[in-house]
Amino acid sequence: MESLFNQLADGIFTQLETEENLSLSLFAEESQFTRVNGARIRQTGLVNDCMIYLDLIVNNRRATGSLTLSGDLKVDLDSVLDELNRLREETAQLPEDPYIVLSTGGENSRTDKNGKIPDAEDSAAKLLAAMQGVDLSGIWASGRIYRGNANSAGNRHWFATDSFSLDYSLVNAEEKMVKATFAGSDWVQQDYEKSLSASIQKLKMLDSPSIKIKPGNYRTYIASAGVADLLQMFSWDGLSESSMQTGESAFLKMRNENIKLSPLFSYAEDFSNGLVPCFNELGEVSPERIELIKQGELKSCLISSRTAKEYGLVSNFAEEPEYLRSPVMAVGELPEVDVLKALGTGVYLSNLHYLNWSDLAGGRITGMTRYACFWVEDGVIKAPIENMRFDDSFYHFFGDNLEAVTTEAKINPDVGTYECRSLEMTECPGILLSSFALTL
Amino acid sequence: MDLTKLLEQLDVKADWIGLRYVDETTTYRWVRDGKPQSNNRSRSKGVMVEVLVEGQFAYAASSNVGIRSVQSAAEKAVKMARASAPYSIHQFTSEARPVATGNYNSPHQKIENSVSAGEINDLLIRSCETLKVSEKIVSTNALARIVNSDQLFVSSNGSNIEQQFLMVTTGSMAVAQEGSVVQKRSDSGMRARSWQIGMESLDENRMMNDSRRVGEEAVELLTAEECPTGTMDLILAPDQMMLQIHESVGHPLEIDRILGDERNYAGWSFVRLGDFGKLRYGSDLMNITFDPGVPHELASYNFDDGGAKAEREYIIKDGILQRGLGGIESQIRSGVPGVANFRASSWNRAPIDRMANLNLEPGESSVDDLVSSVENGVYMHSNRSWSIDDYRNKFQFGCEYAKLIENGKVTKTLRNPNYRGISNSFWNNLKAVGDKDSFEVYGTPNCGKGEPNQVIRVGHASPPCLFADVEVFGGEQ
Repeated sequence: MESLFNQLADGIFTQLETEENLSLSLFAEESQFTRVNGARIRQTGLVNDCMIYLDLIVNNRRATGSLTLSGDLKVDLDSVLDELNRLREETAQLPEDPYIVLSTGGENSRTDKNGKIPDAEDSAAKLLAAMQGVDLSGIWASGRIYRGNANSAGNRHWFATDSFSLDYSLVNAEEKMVKATFAGSDWVQQDYEKSLSASIQKLKMLDSPSIKIKPGNYRTYIASAGVADLLQMFSWDGLSESSMQTGESAFLKMRNENIKLSPLFSYAEDFSNGLVPCFNELGEVSPERIELIKQGELKSCLISSRTAKEYGLVSNFAEEPEYLRSPVMAVGELPEVDVLKALGTGVYLSNLHYLNWSDLAGGRITGMTRYACFWVEDGVIKAPIENMRFDDSFYHFFGDNLEAVTTEAKINPDVGTYECRSLEMTECPGILLSSFALTL
Repeated sequence: MDLTKLLEQLDVKADWIGLRYVDETTTYRWVRDGKPQSNNRSRSKGVMVEVLVEGQFAYAASSNVGIRSVQSAAEKAVKMARASAPYSIHQFTSEARPVATGNYNSPHQKIENSVSAGEINDLLIRSCETLKVSEKIVSTNALARIVNSDQLFVSSNGSNIEQQFLMVTTGSMAVAQEGSVVQKRSDSGMRARSWQIGMESLDENRMMNDSRRVGEEAVELLTAEECPTGTMDLILAPDQMMLQIHESVGHPLEIDRILGDERNYAGWSFVRLGDFGKLRYGSDLMNITFDPGVPHELASYNFDDGGAKAEREYIIKDGILQRGLGGIESQIRSGVPGVANFRASSWNRAPIDRMANLNLEPGESSVDDLVSSVENGVYMHSNRSWSIDDYRNKFQFGCEYAKLIENGKVTKTLRNPNYRGISNSFWNNLKAVGDKDSFEVYGTPNCGKGEPNQVIRVGHASPPCLFADVEVFGGEQ
């Protein structure tokens, strides 16, 4: 795949005219997907997909295109050249774009990680045997993922990795559920079985009858996976500089009214774990760490070079849509073993579900509690709770109501597969809140 | 693409083989504040080989459609099916893939190439200029999205289907700001103006009229009162009924969800298999149809992706649940009647139960009748926010724009209108349904579901509807 990409790039760049600036990005995967319901196989299959994106700039006009590749160099080079010609015809018709950013060259990068993942034919036996006797619903996704970037200014970037994830829910007879993700690059059968066994033990905690709690404000602990769900909202009308400038960010109050969040809350884009590509579609390399919110104070948003040009700012080389790729929330001082004691009486939430902004200007997010969520009294788990809707503002739950943050952060991989398998992840601890609004 | 010849050349042993080829081009043009943001065309084409071996379906999809690649894909699919068969959720036969031949061409007058990239950009720039009705408008957006999709399906038991679609989405949106108050208004919500149509949809008069109204309403919202909080009557305009139907009728009635396939992702349903034919889903006025034949509605088609012929069916009639939104595999697994809605987003995803065109049939009340019957209530337009629980029961939706109704008359504009409810009781409080004259057709290209995930097109048509005793509230004070 790398050889195909490099040969295509070499082939097409030699065809450019002097005034043309071209970037190429590759998104490819060789994946297996097996969908499981009730610990039985619902659907199973393989997907070999390879898309190349072209970004052509000529005379301050820009057009982009993408197409699937077959893997046959001659066929693909012809297709890519046809697309280049189409882009040339189109740019001639378009209005000028004053905020165009040209690729200017810079550092190159190459990451090629080989892992050990089960063969497609062996995966059914390896996964399913350990599941028998439990009601498990989920998705196995495995295989190799590729990302490439090259531009006419001379940059080259390559990132390839083997990865697998089993993202699943265990369900008991009363339809209560526990969620977990087993993910990595090197499959060890024993580790998988141990992880599944731990989830089965957690499911047993849901065996007692659920209680219904009334709408109201509650002391609440939200575990790392639930906090990741909240933080992922910040990629949507959130910490994007473009969203701020166009009045569409939930963080406007922090900038315009100097509102601060809790000093316990710090949030950054951080690529130091090396698991996520840090180059963008222009071939620019993000700084290893960008402080976004530090001890409650807004320090920066994600700024693409295009946004920087439009508003006279300095780019921090975000992708053009300015979404978070490898965010990390700072840990605190509450040991996980002390969480229940510190909570006292209140609600313990493992996961959240179907979040959306309910009031963007007010920073209010609504969603549902889901999976292993419990009522806790005097530091002791008493019973699972029936699902509740929450509707509260991050200006409160990461602000005045944030009482403590745990000492351990967990990596929550993005297991999304819209269009292609994601490489992104969110690393975050759990949070203890003095108050959290449950509304229905 | 000669898919029949490709099928004939394959040399694998399977109880059934199908080839599904998709060649889809999506052109997206977006202008913000009069400056081009995106002029992108994406073309994705590939083939999915599906085989049935020992009762288990398995697939292998590839962007390489040459015979060697497809042969290799078929061989791998057979091996996977065989390895998975001992763990299969159901032992299927080729009954799950009926034989069908035919075609479909979506209705349109002007093909994509009839309007140039430059002309579309000019139109979008003028739309932005028209949106900027005052200095209080701080951001303007206009977009056009055009999709051309060719889909072929052949199978070893004789299916041969070709369907071609041309679909256009237009949208405009303005953000208004005054001090710390920021309001957003669009024409009918995110990408709701999506239809099977040609470039005649890019009608300058309509687009400019819509843009002017959108800009004016965005400014109007800046000084509007906050939506009141309380339990009251609620009228939903057709562009919000779209979301209400989608989330609280469509998704809960997908049979694969009821069977538990979605539990790890989007959840399941408050509806059980035993409810079909019995459950009172809503009031007597509630009539919901799966209708693949509405001209120009976004998800009209003749065959689903398993080869089943698509026909109009009542899903809910006079408030009683009749049948589910499930294709043949789900019908076989559940024993519940369904519809032809086994659909995939593209060649690289396997079909699953997806709602398509799901409509609320018109009633007898004019819009004036609806409004004049309300003593204290709100009339909400255009979806802005949506969230619902994993059983599709407890929901909370927000809209862009609303009007207060007092003693049978529309009085003042309201901002940040939201409401919440529980699906079954909400629909049983359906008090009145607008008539044929108020019936409007919308759609969205962005319904997400499934593992692996896929985004698909849906259509929703409805008149305005009146609901009683709804919990309504405004924004953060």
